[in-house]
Amino acid sequence: MRALIRAVSGGAGGYVIAAFVTSLITGGSVSDGVPVTFGYIFALLGWLHGIGVWNAWAREWFGLPPKPDNAKGWTRYFTFSTDHKVIGSQYLVTFLVVFLVGGLMAMVIRLELAGTGEGFIDADTYNKVMSMHGILMVAVAVAAVLGSFGNYLVPLMIGADDMAFPRINALSFWLIPPVAISLLSAPLLGSFEAGWTAYPPLSVVAAGDGQLLFNMGVITFGLSSILGGLNIITTVATMRAPGMTWGRLPIFVWATFSASLLSLVITQFFAASLVLIHLDRVAGTTFFGAAGGGDALLYEHMFWFYSHPAVYIMVLPGFGVALEVITHFSRKPLFAYKAVVGAFLTIVGLSSLVWAHHMFTSGMAAYLHAPFMVLTEAISVPTGVIFLSAVGTMWRGKLWMQTPMLLAGGWVFNFLIGGITGLFLADVATDVQLHDSYFVVAHFHYTIIGGSIFGLLAAVFFWFPKITGRMYNETMGKIFAVWVSVALALVFIPMFWVGVNGMNRRVNDYQQDLETANNFISWMALLLGLSFVLFAVNLVWSALRGPKAPDNPWGASTLEWQVSSPPPEHNFPLLPEVVGHPYDYGVPDAQHAVVGGSAKSED
Amino acid sequence: MALAAPAAHARAEATYRPQANRLGLWLFFLSETFLFSAMISARFVTSGTDTPEHLNQPLALGITIVLLLSSISAYLSENAIAHDDRAGFIRYTRITIFLGLVFTAGVVLEWQEALADFPAGTIYGSAFFALIGLHAFHVVTGIMALGVVLNLGGKGHYGSEDYWPVEGTVKYWHLVDLMWVVIYPSLYLF
Repeated sequence: MRALIRAVSGGAGGYVIAAFVTSLITGGSVSDGVPVTFGYIFALLGWLHGIGVWNAWAREWFGLPPKPDNAKGWTRYFTFSTDHKVIGSQYLVTFLVVFLVGGLMAMVIRLELAGTGEGFIDADTYNKVMSMHGILMVAVAVAAVLGSFGNYLVPLMIGADDMAFPRINALSFWLIPPVAISLLSAPLLGSFEAGWTAYPPLSVVAAGDGQLLFNMGVITFGLSSILGGLNIITTVATMRAPGMTWGRLPIFVWATFSASLLSLVITQFFAASLVLIHLDRVAGTTFFGAAGGGDALLYEHMFWFYSHPAVYIMVLPGFGVALEVITHFSRKPLFAYKAVVGAFLTIVGLSSLVWAHHMFTSGMAAYLHAPFMVLTEAISVPTGVIFLSAVGTMWRGKLWMQTPMLLAGGWVFNFLIGGITGLFLADVATDVQLHDSYFVVAHFHYTIIGGSIFGLLAAVFFWFPKITGRMYNETMGKIFAVWVSVALALVFIPMFWVGVNGMNRRVNDYQQDLETANNFISWMALLLGLSFVLFAVNLVWSALRGPKAPDNPWGASTLEWQVSSPPPEHNFPLLPEVVGHPYDYGVPDAQHAVVGGSAKSED
Repeated sequence: MALAAPAAHARAEATYRPQANRLGLWLFFLSETFLFSAMISARFVTSGTDTPEHLNQPLALGITIVLLLSSISAYLSENAIAHDDRAGFIRYTRITIFLGLVFTAGVVLEWQEALADFPAGTIYGSAFFALIGLHAFHVVTGIMALGVVLNLGGKGHYGSEDYWPVEGTVKYWHLVDLMWVVIYPSLYLF
């Protein structure tokens, strides 16, 4: 806890001193652009210094011996710990909390939309709450599965003792709390109201200087994503156990590897576009201001060059979780393993060539419409392969309908709806009608909740016994899985309808004849929100009081299940040796790996 | 029992560390390339190939030559430590840092002149200050990293078997140099 206190005081002190000194030099107020910028930078440095970057790492650069914080027990979760399991748990808890906070904001949005006119909150506040909900949930979708389960499981699944760069790994987690703090404290500077997309000119000219904190917070988050991606790629490429060939990698490892390839390179475009927004606000440049000759469309191109592939950073790890769960709970080999790997890598390549389908109505050159439409529709081919694999694996399998399997089934169904409705938005003729309507809102909530969040939920229940060493409550889990799936459909399927009937997204009001439908959606949203109370109660209670979990409650074959629950400090007592494919269920005498010198049976 | 190997819970670090370091560094470079591409495309989208007449071409050419020369001295410093030539390593690293500082001073001069001729509020000025600023930030971090390895190398760290920090820093310096080779013509030579 001492490290955390040092970090908080370092961050606060850094902010106050830097902002104050800068405001003296520039002669303006402390809440001007330049003091806030320098305040943020020094707050970030102060925070990192306090949490242990200096002691555990930077001392080496000056020839001093490093002093890592060797805290044991629960306090190590509040230190600059380099254990990938600690970091994975830190990510998981942080993002589950952010997820619930973002969910509360969705409740506020639905309360306002329950009736026409200005009801619960005024239009200005609505914009701010909607923007905050957007960016928090996008951050959750980007990092909740990749950051937490990617970090926790990739080294275990490939038979390594840690990530390739443990200190960079710790750094990429400890960059996250400042992001959350700066986003949530943005209301102190007047909040941000340009949505999570931060389109100029609004993000440049809007009065609220919370936009400054948004820019810098999201750039920091981008740095964390880039470093995390770099770490996972290097770990998978160089640290696999003997016998763990690329063709024997568990499918979840392939999924995180593919998502990491994307996050490594394209995140730079979001960072660059926000740097330019920041310069336009603070330094008087004119990249996006039409008055000075700039081009607002430039931002949309740069932004979507990141943000479309980012959808795949969100869903690819979710695909990996779902396929992993489906194969273990169907007791069958994963159908078309090689084709799925090919599909992941095809998605990595194709997804960065489709961005301008977000811009069919933006006024970009018309000759770009057809190629972007065709490329976007082409991406449904590899996605279809992944679906085929999920369904083919379940086909005539012995399905074991535990909570993770129910949620993985929900993933198949919900992402299917998300994917099919996406075709109407990829097609120019229908998109110009549906653009910026609630149809789009329903579509991307189905893809992101269906693809990423259902993957997250399935992963939470599937690996809960491994991470905590205790079993969750199966009855509560099953009720939750059914409840959340039904409520999701009741909220978002009517949204397609109100969207087709002309309801605009991002606006706090709508035409009178859609009031009944919206009122229904709001009640169902409350139902959806309440399901997460059950989820939280189940997890917290089970983590504290649940029955002890066996090492391998699912009888699963992959390496993380061959060690104790929770895994020992260095993961494996002896270097594991991989001797076969991970999913050979039903194949006589098949074995994935030899752990601890003796073969473990996998019945 | 004499044949029993000591129990290892993972692969020995020496078997993957050199590979992991190199791959990590090159992945970082790949990522950086995307950042610079984004900024350079912003220059061409907003202001095309327009270039103002008042650019100080001799100064820009001069600092370009200085930065290119610094890559040679950086290479020589890495080469020296790889052959356990500590004196050579210190000499060439100092020269590299000196050339880097000359380049930075040149950028400062250039900015003072540029601010008078085309303020940041013009489209060319926006691209000029953003791109050169981004690059200068990389130069300054490179100088800091060179300072760290110079200090440690002077205290007897590193040798022919163990000079990864020097290699990584020098490769980073080459990257910074290469980026300038793209930025310089984009801003000056149209």
